[in-house]
Amino acid sequence: MKAAPFEYLRASTVDEAVGALGPGAVVLAGGQSLVPLLNLRSRRPELVVDVSRLPLTDIGTTGTGSLALGALTRLRAAETSPVVARTLPLLAEALTCVGHVSVRNRGTVGGSVAHADPAAELPAVFLASDAVFTARSADGVRTIAAGDFFRGPHRTALGPGELLTAIHVPLPPPGTRHGVAELSRRPNDLAVTAVFTSVTLARGVVADARIAVAGAAPTPIRARAAEDLLRGEAPSPDLLAAAADAAAAATDPADDLHAPAAYRRDMTAVLTRRALRQAVAE
Amino acid sequence: MKVSLTVNGRTCSADCEPRRTLADFLRHDLGFTGVRVGCEHGACGSCTVLVDGATARACCVLAVQADGSDVTTAEGLATTSLNPLQESFRRHHALQCGFCTPGMLAVATELLRENPSPTEAEIRTAIAGNLCRCTGYHNIVAAIAAMREPNRDDEPSAGDAGASVAGNPGRTDP
Ligand SMILES: Cc1cc2nc3c(=O)[nH]c(=O)nc-3n(C[C@H](O)[C@H](O)[C@@H](O)COP(=O)(O)OP(=O)(O)OC[C@H]3O[C@@H](n4cnc5c(N)ncnc54)[C@H](O)[C@@H]3O)c2cc1C
Ligand code: FES
Ligand code: FES
Repeated sequence: MKAAPFEYLRASTVDEAVGALGPGAVVLAGGQSLVPLLNLRSRRPELVVDVSRLPLTDIGTTGTGSLALGALTRLRAAETSPVVARTLPLLAEALTCVGHVSVRNRGTVGGSVAHADPAAELPAVFLASDAVFTARSADGVRTIAAGDFFRGPHRTALGPGELLTAIHVPLPPPGTRHGVAELSRRPNDLAVTAVFTSVTLARGVVADARIAVAGAAPTPIRARAAEDLLRGEAPSPDLLAAAADAAAAATDPADDLHAPAAYRRDMTAVLTRRALRQAVAE
Repeated sequence: MKVSLTVNGRTCSADCEPRRTLADFLRHDLGFTGVRVGCEHGACGSCTVLVDGATARACCVLAVQADGSDVTTAEGLATTSLNPLQESFRRHHALQCGFCTPGMLAVATELLRENPSPTEAEIRTAIAGNLCRCTGYHNIVAAIAAMREPNRDDEPSAGDAGASVAGNPGRTDP
Protein backbone atom coordinates (compact mmCIF):
# COMPACT_ATOMS: atom_id res chain seq x y z
CA MET A 1 0.00 0.00 0.00
CA LYS A 2 0.98 3.62 -0.30
CA ALA A 3 0.95 6.23 2.44
CA ALA A 4 -1.91 8.73 2.61
CA PRO A 5 -0.85 12.31 1.77
CA PHE A 6 0.80 14.42 4.47
CA GLU A 7 2.73 17.64 4.81
CA TYR A 8 6.47 17.28 5.30
CA LEU A 9 8.91 19.44 7.20
CA ARG A 10 12.64 18.76 7.33
CA ALA A 11 13.66 20.34 10.61
CA SER A 12 17.05 22.03 10.63
CA THR A 13 17.11 22.84 14.35
CA VAL A 14 15.68 21.21 17.48
CA ASP A 15 13.68 24.41 18.14
CA GLU A 16 12.14 24.26 14.69
CA ALA A 17 11.22 20.60 15.23
CA VAL A 18 9.56 21.06 18.63
CA GLY A 19 7.85 24.22 17.39
CA ALA A 20 6.15 22.17 14.67
CA LEU A 21 5.17 19.22 16.88
CA GLY A 22 1.72 18.83 18.38
CA PRO A 23 -1.50 16.92 17.71
CA GLY A 24 -1.64 15.71 14.12
CA ALA A 25 2.14 15.83 13.72
CA VAL A 26 4.54 12.91 13.98
CA VAL A 27 8.32 12.68 14.38
CA LEU A 28 10.22 10.87 11.64
CA ALA A 29 13.69 9.67 12.69
CA GLY A 30 15.09 6.62 10.89
CA GLY A 31 11.67 5.70 9.54
CA GLN A 32 12.20 1.95 10.08
CA SER A 33 8.96 1.62 12.02
CA LEU A 34 7.13 4.77 10.97
CA VAL A 35 7.41 4.52 7.17
CA PRO A 36 5.98 0.96 7.12
CA LEU A 37 3.11 2.18 9.33
CA LEU A 38 2.51 5.09 6.94
CA ASN A 39 2.60 2.71 3.96
CA LEU A 40 0.05 0.46 5.68
CA ARG A 41 -2.02 3.56 6.51
CA SER A 42 -2.20 2.49 10.13
CA ARG A 43 -0.87 6.00 10.83
CA ARG A 44 -2.25 9.00 8.94
CA PRO A 45 -0.54 12.12 10.31
CA GLU A 46 -1.21 15.59 8.87
CA LEU A 47 2.41 16.58 9.25
CA VAL A 48 5.62 14.54 9.29
CA VAL A 49 8.49 16.33 11.01
CA ASP A 50 11.74 14.83 9.74
CA VAL A 51 14.35 15.17 12.47
CA SER A 52 16.88 12.78 10.95
CA ARG A 53 19.33 15.54 10.03
CA LEU A 54 19.46 17.08 13.49
CA PRO A 55 22.89 16.73 15.10
CA LEU A 56 21.69 14.59 18.03
CA THR A 57 24.09 11.76 17.22
CA ASP A 58 26.90 12.04 19.76
CA ILE A 59 28.06 9.02 21.75
CA GLY A 60 30.19 9.71 24.82
CA THR A 61 30.62 9.40 28.55
CA THR A 62 29.78 12.14 31.02
CA GLY A 63 31.65 13.34 34.10
CA THR A 64 28.89 11.86 36.24
CA GLY A 65 29.62 8.33 35.03
CA SER A 66 26.96 7.84 32.37
CA LEU A 67 26.98 6.77 28.77
CA ALA A 68 25.23 9.52 26.79
CA LEU A 69 23.62 8.74 23.45
CA GLY A 70 22.01 11.34 21.21
CA ALA A 71 18.47 10.19 20.39
CA LEU A 72 19.27 10.19 16.67
CA THR A 73 22.30 7.94 16.98
CA ARG A 74 21.85 5.26 14.38
CA LEU A 75 21.60 1.73 15.74
CA ARG A 76 24.53 0.60 13.61
CA ALA A 77 26.69 3.49 14.86
CA ALA A 78 25.95 2.55 18.47
CA GLU A 79 26.57 -1.13 17.73
CA THR A 80 30.00 -0.46 16.22
CA SER A 81 31.00 2.26 18.70
CA PRO A 82 34.11 1.43 20.76
CA VAL A 83 32.73 3.61 23.58
CA VAL A 84 29.53 1.55 23.81
CA ALA A 85 31.49 -1.72 23.57
CA ARG A 86 33.75 -0.64 26.43
CA THR A 87 31.22 0.96 28.76
CA LEU A 88 27.97 -0.91 28.17
CA PRO A 89 28.63 -4.24 26.42
CA LEU A 90 25.07 -5.33 27.25
CA LEU A 91 23.80 -2.64 24.88
CA ALA A 92 26.38 -3.49 22.22
CA GLU A 93 25.36 -7.16 22.24
CA ALA A 94 21.63 -6.38 22.31
CA LEU A 95 22.02 -4.09 19.30
CA THR A 96 23.20 -6.99 17.15
CA CYS A 97 19.72 -8.51 17.64
CA VAL A 98 17.78 -5.42 16.51
CA GLY A 99 16.63 -5.97 12.94
CA HIS A 100 18.96 -6.65 10.03
CA VAL A 101 22.00 -4.51 9.19
CA SER A 102 19.98 -2.59 6.59
CA VAL A 103 17.45 -1.71 9.32
CA ARG A 104 20.16 -0.80 11.84
CA ASN A 105 21.87 1.41 9.26
CA ARG A 106 18.90 3.78 9.43
CA GLY A 107 16.98 3.10 12.65
CA THR A 108 17.89 5.25 15.65
CA VAL A 109 18.16 4.52 19.39
CA GLY A 110 15.58 7.22 20.15
CA GLY A 111 13.21 5.83 17.52
CA SER A 112 13.39 2.38 19.06
CA VAL A 113 12.62 3.79 22.52
CA ALA A 114 9.79 6.05 21.30
CA HIS A 115 8.25 3.29 19.21
CA ALA A 116 8.05 1.22 22.45
CA ASP A 117 7.35 -2.15 20.92
CA PRO A 118 6.91 -4.51 23.89
CA ALA A 119 9.10 -7.08 22.11
CA ALA A 120 11.89 -4.63 21.22
CA GLU A 121 15.36 -5.11 22.67
CA LEU A 122 16.48 -1.58 23.50
CA PRO A 123 13.56 -0.58 25.73
CA ALA A 124 14.28 -3.66 27.86
CA VAL A 125 18.03 -2.97 27.93
CA PHE A 126 17.43 0.64 29.00
CA LEU A 127 14.97 -0.55 31.64
CA ALA A 128 17.54 -3.03 32.98
CA SER A 129 20.14 -0.26 33.04
CA ASP A 130 18.04 2.41 34.81
CA ALA A 131 18.48 4.75 31.84
CA VAL A 132 17.08 8.27 31.85
CA PHE A 133 15.51 9.80 28.77
CA THR A 134 15.62 13.52 27.97
CA ALA A 135 12.73 15.11 26.08
CA ARG A 136 12.35 18.61 24.67
CA SER A 137 9.11 20.43 23.95
CA ALA A 138 8.09 24.03 23.37
CA ASP A 139 7.73 24.24 27.18
CA GLY A 140 11.31 23.20 27.92
CA VAL A 141 13.30 20.11 28.84
CA ARG A 142 12.37 17.24 31.16
CA THR A 143 13.89 13.90 32.05
CA ILE A 144 11.96 10.64 32.42
CA ALA A 145 13.29 7.48 34.07
CA ALA A 146 13.03 4.37 31.89
CA GLY A 147 10.92 2.79 34.66
CA ASP A 148 8.24 5.47 34.16
CA PHE A 149 8.49 5.73 30.40
CA PHE A 150 6.87 2.61 28.92
CA ARG A 151 3.11 2.72 29.45
CA GLY A 152 1.74 0.03 27.13
CA PRO A 153 2.26 -1.42 23.66
CA HIS A 154 3.57 1.52 21.62
CA ARG A 155 2.55 3.91 24.42
CA THR A 156 5.06 6.05 26.27
CA ALA A 157 5.19 9.01 28.64
CA LEU A 158 6.02 11.32 25.71
CA GLY A 159 3.40 13.92 24.84
CA PRO A 160 2.54 14.85 21.23
CA GLY A 161 4.74 17.95 21.41
CA GLU A 162 7.80 16.20 22.81
CA LEU A 163 10.98 15.18 21.07
CA LEU A 164 13.32 12.65 22.66
CA THR A 165 16.78 14.19 22.46
CA ALA A 166 19.12 12.04 24.56
CA ILE A 167 19.50 8.85 26.58
CA HIS A 168 21.77 8.63 29.63
CA VAL A 169 22.74 5.26 31.04
CA PRO A 170 24.59 5.04 34.40
CA LEU A 171 27.74 2.98 33.87
CA PRO A 172 27.77 -0.39 35.63
CA PRO A 173 30.42 -0.80 38.36
CA PRO A 174 33.56 -2.91 37.80
CA GLY A 175 32.89 -6.63 38.05
CA THR A 176 29.63 -6.32 36.09
CA ARG A 177 28.92 -8.81 33.36
CA HIS A 178 25.93 -9.23 31.13
CA GLY A 179 23.83 -11.86 29.44
CA VAL A 180 21.48 -11.74 26.44
CA ALA A 181 19.14 -14.55 25.46
CA GLU A 182 16.54 -14.12 22.76
CA LEU A 183 14.08 -16.29 20.91
CA SER A 184 12.91 -14.95 17.54
CA ARG A 185 11.34 -16.48 14.47
CA ARG A 186 14.27 -15.69 12.19
CA PRO A 187 17.59 -14.14 13.11
CA ASN A 188 17.19 -10.43 13.89
CA ASP A 189 13.41 -10.34 13.92
CA LEU A 190 11.57 -8.87 16.85
CA ALA A 191 11.80 -11.14 19.89
CA VAL A 192 9.12 -13.65 20.73
CA THR A 193 10.67 -13.27 24.17
CA ALA A 194 14.09 -11.96 25.20
CA VAL A 195 15.93 -11.54 28.49
CA PHE A 196 18.69 -9.04 29.29
CA THR A 197 20.72 -9.34 32.47
CA SER A 198 23.48 -7.45 34.14
CA VAL A 199 25.15 -9.03 37.18
CA THR A 200 27.78 -7.44 39.42
CA LEU A 201 29.91 -9.98 41.26
CA ALA A 202 32.12 -9.10 44.22
CA ARG A 203 34.18 -11.81 45.94
CA GLY A 204 32.06 -14.55 44.38
CA VAL A 205 28.76 -13.08 45.59
CA VAL A 206 26.10 -11.23 43.57
CA ALA A 207 26.35 -7.60 44.67
CA ASP A 208 23.71 -6.49 42.18
CA ALA A 209 21.56 -8.08 39.50
CA ARG A 210 19.26 -6.62 36.92
CA ILE A 211 16.91 -8.65 34.76
CA ALA A 212 14.60 -7.21 32.09
CA VAL A 213 12.27 -9.18 29.87
CA ALA A 214 10.92 -8.15 26.44
CA GLY A 215 7.96 -9.71 24.67
CA ALA A 216 6.28 -11.16 27.74
CA ALA A 217 4.02 -8.30 28.89
CA PRO A 218 2.41 -5.15 27.40
CA THR A 219 5.67 -3.32 28.16
CA PRO A 220 9.20 -4.49 28.88
CA ILE A 221 9.39 -5.51 32.55
CA ARG A 222 11.97 -5.73 35.33
CA ALA A 223 11.97 -9.07 37.16
CA ARG A 224 12.53 -7.50 40.60
CA ALA A 225 11.72 -10.60 42.68
CA ALA A 226 14.27 -12.59 40.69
CA GLU A 227 16.87 -9.85 41.21
CA ASP A 228 16.19 -9.91 44.97
CA LEU A 229 16.71 -13.68 45.11
CA LEU A 230 20.16 -13.30 43.56
CA ARG A 231 21.47 -10.35 45.60
CA GLY A 232 23.89 -11.39 48.34
CA GLU A 233 24.11 -14.99 47.16
CA ALA A 234 26.78 -17.00 45.42
CA PRO A 235 25.53 -18.08 42.00
CA SER A 236 24.66 -21.79 41.80
CA PRO A 237 22.56 -23.77 39.32
CA ASP A 238 19.72 -23.97 41.87
CA LEU A 239 19.82 -20.24 42.53
CA LEU A 240 19.72 -19.42 38.81
CA ALA A 241 16.81 -21.83 38.34
CA ALA A 242 14.90 -20.18 41.20
CA ALA A 243 15.56 -16.74 39.73
CA ALA A 244 14.42 -17.98 36.32
CA ASP A 245 11.13 -19.20 37.80
CA ALA A 246 10.67 -15.90 39.59
CA ALA A 247 11.24 -14.00 36.33
CA ALA A 248 8.67 -16.16 34.54
CA ALA A 249 6.17 -15.49 37.34
CA ALA A 250 6.59 -11.74 36.79
CA THR A 251 5.47 -11.93 33.14
CA ASP A 252 2.02 -11.09 31.84
CA PRO A 253 2.15 -12.49 28.33
CA ALA A 254 -0.58 -12.45 25.70
CA ASP A 255 -1.53 -15.06 23.12
CA ASP A 256 -0.83 -13.90 19.61
CA LEU A 257 -0.03 -15.08 16.13
CA HIS A 258 3.53 -16.00 17.06
CA ALA A 259 3.23 -17.76 20.41
CA PRO A 260 0.72 -18.72 23.08
CA ALA A 261 1.05 -16.98 26.44
CA ALA A 262 2.11 -20.13 28.30
CA TYR A 263 4.95 -20.70 25.84
CA ARG A 264 6.21 -17.16 26.30
CA ARG A 265 6.14 -17.62 30.08
CA ASP A 266 8.01 -20.93 29.89
CA MET A 267 10.55 -19.44 27.51
CA THR A 268 11.12 -16.54 29.89
CA ALA A 269 12.36 -19.05 32.49
CA VAL A 270 14.59 -20.81 29.96
CA LEU A 271 16.02 -17.57 28.58
CA THR A 272 16.54 -16.05 32.04
CA ARG A 273 18.57 -19.07 33.08
CA ARG A 274 20.65 -18.81 29.91
CA ALA A 275 21.22 -15.09 30.24
CA LEU A 276 22.22 -15.44 33.89
CA ARG A 277 24.52 -18.32 33.09
CA GLN A 278 26.24 -16.18 30.46
CA ALA A 279 26.60 -13.34 32.97
CA VAL A 280 28.12 -15.42 35.78
CA ALA A 281 30.28 -17.67 33.58
CA GLU A 282 34.02 -17.36 34.05
CA MET B 1 8.95 18.67 -3.63
CA LYS B 2 12.04 18.51 -5.77
CA VAL B 3 14.35 15.62 -4.88
CA SER B 4 17.90 15.33 -6.23
CA LEU B 5 19.99 12.21 -5.91
CA THR B 6 23.18 10.84 -7.37
CA VAL B 7 22.19 7.41 -8.66
CA ASN B 8 24.96 5.11 -9.87
CA GLY B 9 27.17 8.16 -10.33
CA ARG B 10 24.61 10.22 -12.30
CA THR B 11 22.79 13.22 -10.93
CA CYS B 12 19.03 12.75 -11.17
CA SER B 13 16.23 14.92 -9.95
CA ALA B 14 12.45 14.96 -10.17
CA ASP B 15 9.44 16.33 -8.36
CA CYS B 16 7.66 14.02 -5.96
CA GLU B 17 5.11 14.02 -3.18
CA PRO B 18 6.46 13.67 0.38
CA ARG B 19 4.65 10.34 0.75
CA ARG B 20 6.57 8.79 -2.17
CA THR B 21 9.02 6.15 -0.99
CA LEU B 22 12.59 6.07 -2.26
CA ALA B 23 11.75 2.70 -3.86
CA ASP B 24 8.92 4.15 -5.96
CA PHE B 25 10.93 7.26 -6.74
CA LEU B 26 13.88 5.24 -8.06
CA ARG B 27 11.77 2.72 -9.93
CA HIS B 28 8.89 4.74 -11.32
CA ASP B 29 10.13 8.33 -11.47
CA LEU B 30 13.77 7.71 -12.38
CA GLY B 31 13.40 4.38 -14.22
CA PHE B 32 15.81 2.23 -12.20
CA THR B 33 13.78 -0.95 -12.55
CA GLY B 34 16.49 -2.97 -10.77
CA VAL B 35 14.75 -1.72 -7.62
CA ARG B 36 12.17 -4.38 -6.73
CA VAL B 37 9.20 -3.67 -4.54
CA GLY B 38 7.73 -6.64 -2.71
CA CYS B 39 5.98 -5.95 0.57
CA GLU B 40 6.29 -2.15 1.00
CA HIS B 41 6.62 -2.49 4.76
CA GLY B 42 10.16 -3.57 5.39
CA ALA B 43 9.59 -7.31 5.70
CA CYS B 44 11.07 -8.77 2.50
CA GLY B 45 14.22 -6.80 1.75
CA SER B 46 13.79 -6.97 -2.03
CA CYS B 47 13.94 -3.17 -2.33
CA THR B 48 17.36 -2.95 -0.62
CA VAL B 49 19.77 -0.45 -2.23
CA LEU B 50 22.95 1.26 -1.01
CA VAL B 51 22.38 4.80 0.28
CA ASP B 52 25.63 6.67 0.93
CA GLY B 53 27.33 3.27 0.87
CA ALA B 54 25.11 1.57 3.48
CA THR B 55 22.23 -0.76 2.73
CA ALA B 56 18.72 0.58 3.22
CA ARG B 57 15.25 -0.73 2.50
CA ALA B 58 14.12 1.78 -0.09
CA CYS B 59 10.46 1.23 0.88
CA CYS B 60 11.25 2.37 4.45
CA VAL B 61 12.84 5.64 3.34
CA LEU B 62 10.89 8.59 1.95
CA ALA B 63 12.40 9.98 -1.24
CA VAL B 64 12.40 13.44 0.37
CA GLN B 65 14.51 12.05 3.24
CA ALA B 66 17.13 10.83 0.79
CA ASP B 67 17.46 14.21 -0.98
CA GLY B 68 21.16 14.84 -1.67
CA SER B 69 22.19 11.20 -1.11
CA ASP B 70 24.35 8.97 -3.23
CA VAL B 71 22.42 5.83 -4.20
CA THR B 72 23.64 2.61 -5.82
CA THR B 73 21.09 0.24 -7.36
CA ALA B 74 21.70 -3.16 -8.98
CA GLU B 75 22.24 -1.36 -12.30
CA GLY B 76 25.16 0.48 -10.73
CA LEU B 77 26.99 -2.66 -9.62
CA ALA B 78 27.70 -3.74 -13.19
CA THR B 79 29.55 -1.40 -15.53
CA THR B 80 30.05 -2.88 -18.97
CA SER B 81 29.66 -6.45 -17.72
CA LEU B 82 28.53 -8.19 -14.55
CA ASN B 83 30.73 -7.50 -11.53
CA PRO B 84 32.43 -10.53 -9.90
CA LEU B 85 29.70 -10.92 -7.27
CA GLN B 86 26.97 -10.82 -9.90
CA GLU B 87 28.99 -13.27 -11.97
CA SER B 88 29.23 -15.56 -8.93
CA PHE B 89 25.43 -15.46 -8.53
CA ARG B 90 25.08 -16.46 -12.17
CA ARG B 91 27.67 -19.20 -11.92
CA HIS B 92 26.21 -20.70 -8.73
CA HIS B 93 22.62 -20.65 -9.99
CA ALA B 94 21.74 -18.27 -7.19
CA LEU B 95 18.83 -16.78 -9.08
CA GLN B 96 15.74 -18.18 -10.61
CA CYS B 97 13.10 -15.50 -11.16
CA GLY B 98 15.64 -12.89 -9.99
CA PHE B 99 13.14 -10.85 -8.02
CA CYS B 100 15.11 -10.90 -4.78
CA THR B 101 18.51 -10.71 -6.48
CA PRO B 102 19.11 -6.93 -6.41
CA GLY B 103 18.46 -6.85 -2.67
CA MET B 104 20.63 -9.92 -2.08
CA LEU B 105 23.46 -8.30 -4.09
CA ALA B 106 23.19 -5.14 -2.03
CA VAL B 107 23.49 -6.91 1.33
CA ALA B 108 26.25 -9.18 0.01
CA THR B 109 28.18 -6.16 -1.27
CA GLU B 110 28.02 -4.52 2.14
CA LEU B 111 28.85 -7.75 3.97
CA LEU B 112 31.94 -8.52 1.88
CA ARG B 113 33.16 -4.94 2.19
CA GLU B 114 32.93 -5.00 5.99
CA ASN B 115 33.92 -8.62 6.46
CA PRO B 116 35.86 -10.03 3.48
CA SER B 117 35.86 -13.60 4.86
CA PRO B 118 32.43 -14.16 6.40
CA THR B 119 31.60 -17.58 7.79
CA GLU B 120 28.60 -19.42 6.41
CA ALA B 121 26.71 -18.45 9.58
CA GLU B 122 27.58 -14.79 9.02
CA ILE B 123 26.42 -14.99 5.41
CA ARG B 124 23.13 -16.55 6.48
CA THR B 125 22.59 -13.88 9.13
CA ALA B 126 23.36 -11.14 6.61
CA ILE B 127 20.75 -12.36 4.14
CA ALA B 128 18.19 -13.37 6.78
CA GLY B 129 16.24 -10.16 6.18
CA ASN B 130 15.88 -10.85 2.47
CA LEU B 131 13.19 -13.26 1.35
CA CYS B 132 13.73 -15.40 -1.74
CA ARG B 133 10.65 -17.20 -2.95
CA CYS B 134 12.52 -19.37 -5.42
CA THR B 135 15.90 -20.84 -4.63
CA GLY B 136 15.87 -21.96 -1.04
CA TYR B 137 18.90 -19.80 -0.27
CA HIS B 138 21.56 -22.47 -0.49
CA ASN B 139 22.92 -21.35 -3.85
CA ILE B 140 22.80 -17.72 -2.78
CA VAL B 141 24.95 -18.59 0.25
CA ALA B 142 27.32 -20.54 -2.04
CA ALA B 143 27.60 -17.59 -4.46
CA ILE B 144 28.51 -15.20 -1.67
CA ALA B 145 30.85 -17.75 -0.04
CA ALA B 146 32.73 -18.07 -3.32
CA MET B 147 33.65 -14.38 -3.05
CA ARG B 148 35.44 -14.75 0.27
CA GLU B 149 39.06 -13.62 0.52
CA PRO B 150 41.61 -15.06 0.04
CA ASN B 151 40.11 -17.91 -1.97
CA ARG B 152 37.82 -15.97 -4.25
CA ASP B 153 36.99 -18.22 -7.17
CA ASP B 154 36.64 -15.46 -9.78
CA GLU B 155 37.37 -17.88 -12.58
CA PRO B 156 34.56 -20.15 -13.66
CA SER B 157 35.52 -23.78 -13.32
CA ALA B 158 33.77 -26.91 -14.45
CA GLY B 159 31.27 -28.53 -12.17
CA ASP B 160 31.04 -25.89 -9.47
CA ALA B 161 27.45 -24.93 -10.11
CA GLY B 162 25.63 -25.04 -6.81
CA ALA B 163 28.89 -25.83 -5.03
CA SER B 164 28.21 -26.33 -1.38
CA VAL B 165 29.70 -23.95 1.10
CA ALA B 166 31.40 -26.74 2.94
CA GLY B 167 33.12 -27.66 -0.30
CA ASN B 168 34.80 -24.27 -0.60
CA PRO B 169 38.44 -25.03 0.16
CA GLY B 170 40.53 -23.08 2.60
CA ARG B 171 37.72 -22.01 4.85
CA THR B 172 36.46 -23.73 7.94
CA ASP B 173 33.31 -22.49 9.54
CA PRO B 174 33.13 -22.69 13.32
C1 LIG C 1 12.56 -5.73 8.87
C2 LIG C 1 12.53 -5.03 10.20
C3 LIG C 1 12.96 -5.71 11.32
C4 LIG C 1 12.92 -5.08 12.58
N1 LIG C 1 13.38 -5.78 13.65
C5 LIG C 1 13.40 -5.17 14.86
C6 LIG C 1 13.91 -5.85 16.00
O1 LIG C 1 14.37 -6.99 15.93
N2 LIG C 1 13.90 -5.20 17.19
C7 LIG C 1 13.41 -3.93 17.31
O2 LIG C 1 13.43 -3.38 18.40
N3 LIG C 1 12.92 -3.27 16.25
C8 LIG C 1 12.90 -3.86 15.04
N4 LIG C 1 12.39 -3.19 13.96
C9 LIG C 1 11.75 -1.87 14.17
C10 LIG C 1 12.68 -0.66 14.07
O3 LIG C 1 13.94 -1.02 13.65
C11 LIG C 1 12.77 0.05 15.40
O4 LIG C 1 11.49 0.34 15.89
C12 LIG C 1 13.60 1.34 15.37
O5 LIG C 1 14.75 1.20 14.62
C13 LIG C 1 12.85 2.53 14.91
O6 LIG C 1 13.73 3.66 14.92
P1 LIG C 1 13.58 4.76 13.81
O7 LIG C 1 14.61 5.78 14.10
O8 LIG C 1 13.59 4.14 12.49
O9 LIG C 1 12.15 5.36 14.18
P2 LIG C 1 10.97 5.86 13.25
O10 LIG C 1 10.43 4.76 12.46
O11 LIG C 1 11.37 7.11 12.55
O12 LIG C 1 9.93 6.27 14.40
C14 LIG C 1 9.30 5.28 15.21
C15 LIG C 1 8.35 5.96 16.19
O13 LIG C 1 9.07 6.70 17.16
C16 LIG C 1 8.76 8.08 17.08
N5 LIG C 1 10.04 8.79 17.24
C17 LIG C 1 11.21 8.52 16.59
N6 LIG C 1 12.20 9.28 17.05
C18 LIG C 1 11.65 10.08 18.00
C19 LIG C 1 12.20 11.10 18.85
N7 LIG C 1 13.50 11.44 18.81
N8 LIG C 1 11.35 11.71 19.71
C20 LIG C 1 10.05 11.37 19.77
N9 LIG C 1 9.49 10.41 19.00
C21 LIG C 1 10.28 9.77 18.13
C22 LIG C 1 8.12 8.27 15.73
O14 LIG C 1 7.23 9.36 15.74
C23 LIG C 1 7.41 6.95 15.53
O15 LIG C 1 6.20 6.94 16.23
C24 LIG C 1 12.43 -3.76 12.69
C25 LIG C 1 12.01 -3.07 11.57
C26 LIG C 1 12.07 -3.68 10.31
C27 LIG C 1 11.62 -2.91 9.11
S1 FES D 1 9.55 -3.95 -0.49
FE1 FES D 1 10.91 -2.99 0.89
S2 FES D 1 11.27 -4.55 2.32
FE2 FES D 1 9.74 -5.45 1.06
S1 FES E 1 15.14 -15.80 -7.23
FE1 FES E 1 13.00 -15.59 -7.23
S2 FES E 1 12.64 -14.57 -5.37
FE2 FES E 1 14.69 -15.10 -5.21
